[in-house]
Amino acid sequence: MLKTFPIGGIHPPGNKLSADKAIERFALPETVVIPLSQHIGAPAVACVAKGDKVLAGQLIAKADGFVSSNIHSSVSGTVKAVDTYVNAQGLRRPAITITVEGDEWVEGVDLSDELIEECNLEPKEIIAKVAEAGIVGMGGATFPAHVKLSVPPGCKAECLIINGVECEPFLTADHRLMLEKGAEMLIGARIIAKALGVNKTYVGVENNKPDAIAHLKKLAAKYNGEVEIVPLKVQYPQGGEKQLIAAVTGRQVPSKGLPIAVGAVVQNAGTAFAVYEAVQKNKPLVERVITVTGKALSEPKNLLVRIGTPMQSLLEYCGIDSVEGTLKIVGGGPMMGRSMCNPEESMMKGSSGLLVLTEPETKRGEEAECIRCGKCVEACPMGLEPYLMGRVSKIKNFEMAEQHYIYDCIECGCCTYSCPAYLPLLDWLKLGKAEVMKIMRARTSK
Amino acid sequence: MGVLGYTILTLAVLGIVAAAVLYFVASKFRVEEDPRIDDVEKMLPGANCGGCGFAGCRGMADALVKRDDISALYCPVGGAECMKGISEYLGKVAAERQPMVAVVRCNGTCENRPKTNTFDGAKSCAVIAALYAGETGCSFGCLGCGDCVAACEFGALSMNPETGLPEVDIDKCTACGKCVSACPKGIIELRKKWPKGRMVYVSCMNKDKGAVARKSCTAACIGCMKCQKVCEFGAIEVANNLAFIDSNKCKLCRKCVEQCPTGAIVEKNFPPRKVVTAPKEEAPKAAPKAEVSAEPKQEA
Amino acid sequence: MKNKLIVSLAPHLHNPNNTTAKMMFNVVIALMPALIVSSMIYGWRVLFVSLFSVACCLLFEWFIKKYMLGGKPTLCDGSAVVTGLLLAFNLPLNIPLWMVAVGALVAIGVAKMTFGGLGKNPFNPALVGRVFLLVAFPVAMTTFPEVTGAVAGGTTDALSGATPLAMMKMAAKGDVPMTEVLSRLEMQSLFMGIKSGSMGEISAIALLLGFAWLLYKRVIKWHIPVVVLGTMFVIGGVAHLLAPESFIQPLYHILTGGAILGAVYMATDYVTSPMTVKGSVIYAIGIGAITMAIRMKGAYPEGMSFAILIMNSFVPLIDKYILPKRFGAVKEAKK
Repeated sequence: MLKTFPIGGIHPPGNKLSADKAIERFALPETVVIPLSQHIGAPAVACVAKGDKVLAGQLIAKADGFVSSNIHSSVSGTVKAVDTYVNAQGLRRPAITITVEGDEWVEGVDLSDELIEECNLEPKEIIAKVAEAGIVGMGGATFPAHVKLSVPPGCKAECLIINGVECEPFLTADHRLMLEKGAEMLIGARIIAKALGVNKTYVGVENNKPDAIAHLKKLAAKYNGEVEIVPLKVQYPQGGEKQLIAAVTGRQVPSKGLPIAVGAVVQNAGTAFAVYEAVQKNKPLVERVITVTGKALSEPKNLLVRIGTPMQSLLEYCGIDSVEGTLKIVGGGPMMGRSMCNPEESMMKGSSGLLVLTEPETKRGEEAECIRCGKCVEACPMGLEPYLMGRVSKIKNFEMAEQHYIYDCIECGCCTYSCPAYLPLLDWLKLGKAEVMKIMRARTSK
Repeated sequence: MGVLGYTILTLAVLGIVAAAVLYFVASKFRVEEDPRIDDVEKMLPGANCGGCGFAGCRGMADALVKRDDISALYCPVGGAECMKGISEYLGKVAAERQPMVAVVRCNGTCENRPKTNTFDGAKSCAVIAALYAGETGCSFGCLGCGDCVAACEFGALSMNPETGLPEVDIDKCTACGKCVSACPKGIIELRKKWPKGRMVYVSCMNKDKGAVARKSCTAACIGCMKCQKVCEFGAIEVANNLAFIDSNKCKLCRKCVEQCPTGAIVEKNFPPRKVVTAPKEEAPKAAPKAEVSAEPKQEA
Repeated sequence: MKNKLIVSLAPHLHNPNNTTAKMMFNVVIALMPALIVSSMIYGWRVLFVSLFSVACCLLFEWFIKKYMLGGKPTLCDGSAVVTGLLLAFNLPLNIPLWMVAVGALVAIGVAKMTFGGLGKNPFNPALVGRVFLLVAFPVAMTTFPEVTGAVAGGTTDALSGATPLAMMKMAAKGDVPMTEVLSRLEMQSLFMGIKSGSMGEISAIALLLGFAWLLYKRVIKWHIPVVVLGTMFVIGGVAHLLAPESFIQPLYHILTGGAILGAVYMATDYVTSPMTVKGSVIYAIGIGAITMAIRMKGAYPEGMSFAILIMNSFVPLIDKYILPKRFGAVKEAKK
């Protein structure tokens, strides 16, 4: 029996269209628009001005506080504007626009493919380097990595779990990264483990990627059992932090608690690779692998793209031009990704996928009555009652939503996916959760 | 004495015992309450709308009776008359406030502000606002799902299916403020209520720069400052590319309405203008618009 | 980009197998084997009555929705078809058609639409219809044709035959010795469906085939049917061990009457059963126990319908107090 998480879960069709496509380097665009808020926490503060010449890898915006992240220029060229841009959700956000001129990097960045195994830095130095390189959680949550690496006082990390699950349908970016950059990723994982002061590292990979599991197992053999590759049963949402910890270690993160409460720290496979590049190669986070996919595209691909590249150009490269009809473009995977109303959005640190769905694939059916079938309760990986909370959130009974632990919702979407009446359960749940969190914060601040 | 007799006797005894028990319990656990609270509650409109900030009229009545200084309390539904009556009854000085009315500050009708995408999900402004800018290019305007209509307990708001915007029934609106807090975009404002429901206000909340705002909505305020310059009473102020008319300073002279190049400043419930030039300008503007709005409807 | 865009909240996919209409359709398919076996044994009238019942249910649903409730028509969700079929399955063969129509009116009109339609009815509509008919027309509802001969022959007797349950009841009361009851009941024929009873309940194997289909299609979970029948088996077994001369072997209880029909198709009705597995088990134990209590001690030979309706009324209570097992639940000190 393969390991998996204990409650709920669903099995959407995998649709990993681009699993066999090797990572391609995407050409430099003419201009890049680099948003200043690519992470959870305070937006970075720009430290360049219009007309400045910048090199690739140069710091252009500084972290504003501890829970924030540095941002580096992904290209060399001239700063065209330090202004705002309209993001994927149609909202105006601060960004730096740079006109690309050549491809020159700042000094000290090692762009070679040479594998550097040894890392003699102290944990504190590693964390400083990770913070300096502007690394964030690359699975999509974009939580600044150095914050997660700094174990709060009174807690002790016991193991590191590298998230190579990629449970979202369609996405293959992490899969390809583990296959092609597996050695680097494992070194990155070892560096993170060193920073945390833990010996044991698990790499959780779902069983639908047997090639990646075999490859990593071969590579991990030399670490004397300190790195263990854990094949997991295919089930969504295994990539959720709490679900992954439960699947790998059998421990459940307590309600309202953080993973560190059970001694676990989870980092994405992409983050581990970024840490390797930052610590061993001095290369800040300025590019990442993204899966551009969808049945409508003529050529789904895995691309290595500079941050700030317009998403539209990626879509055109993968053949969206010939697609007819109404589409939904999703940044991220189909289960948790955010759909865009503006495809001019820039590539960001957390962009793991760009998915094009056609209207018949994605259009929701007509909302009907709840027939109390319990499919949502069955599917909920947190053991909640989505049907009830959807209803109480809709009528704004947030007190009752809180009593039924709405704050535990991880917004995975299993309930809406399973509902036979096409009820937009998660739409209401998200609203209710946001309101309840607001009420709870107000209460604690009193 | 037959069965009937016994039955009547038993029931009578049971009734007397129960009455006695109830009497003693009621007198033992009696809560002393100021009888004036009941009286004041009766004087309040009894809408239980929460417009005063309390959970219901009872809460308001309780506060009115118990607090010495009631100048901070006001019932928007009952208005000045109701507050006057209560203040006389209680012998306290009640606040005097002018009557207010809600206005929807968005003119993004279907033809002024074309749709750029389709939202497919829960029909709720709050849900949409938490996700993204909305179905049109304007990220400040009305989302059109009617959260305000649902919030109104007086039936004063209704969705106009032609414009896709909510409309306020001035006679029914009590200015309780429920819609103001229900609107996630904050486009509903409480303004001073003039006689006959006359009003002049900026029907736009777009803070984008003029050209951008104009691109997403033809009726957007572009922050051109013309209205601010023409206003003789200093009631208009333009900030963040958006004009605002202070309803306490405005004298309803309507000069700004004529000046506004996009029609973002709206006048309502005025008699037709007597000046010959003005209606000429207004009439052709309004007429083709109405036709345009009718055409796509027929096609659909 | 020339394409128009749709925007919605996550998730952007939906499970295509989960739609109300598809799940109802699967229930209809699962009922087909029983309908076929029943028509083979009782003849064409089975099909006729079933179709009539379905037609009545659809008609009443359409009429009430259109002229009394308002709103979008709901015929397409298939729930009225299921109700109609289940109602027919619970009726004896020779019932007059007007009684079927009355049953359908009570099922759809009173038990379902009065509460607001699908999803809001507290009681299983088909069972309410059936129980109404049973109470209103007890003779017509308990006159079953005698089944004689082999399956192939399919001969039915116009005379009324005692159902196996009625015979078991007589044994329990001591009117008829157990040995005679046993001699008239053959396990094999009970299993295949050669026995007297309502139209849909006579063939255990056909009903179990449908159960397998529902499980395969993940329309229902196994808990409710298995626990209901298990509870009946245990209670029947204990009673049999204590007093074998009054109480028959427990397997007879499961194979006779509406036990399987009720446990698989009626007790599992989504709307009127609990949400959680734990709640379902409690609900199912209740149904099994009440059924056996009525069968062994009550006035009626069969108690499945009453048991399910009684437990239906407990469902809101069960759902309030039996919550799903929560991930990472911690015992919080109540402040």
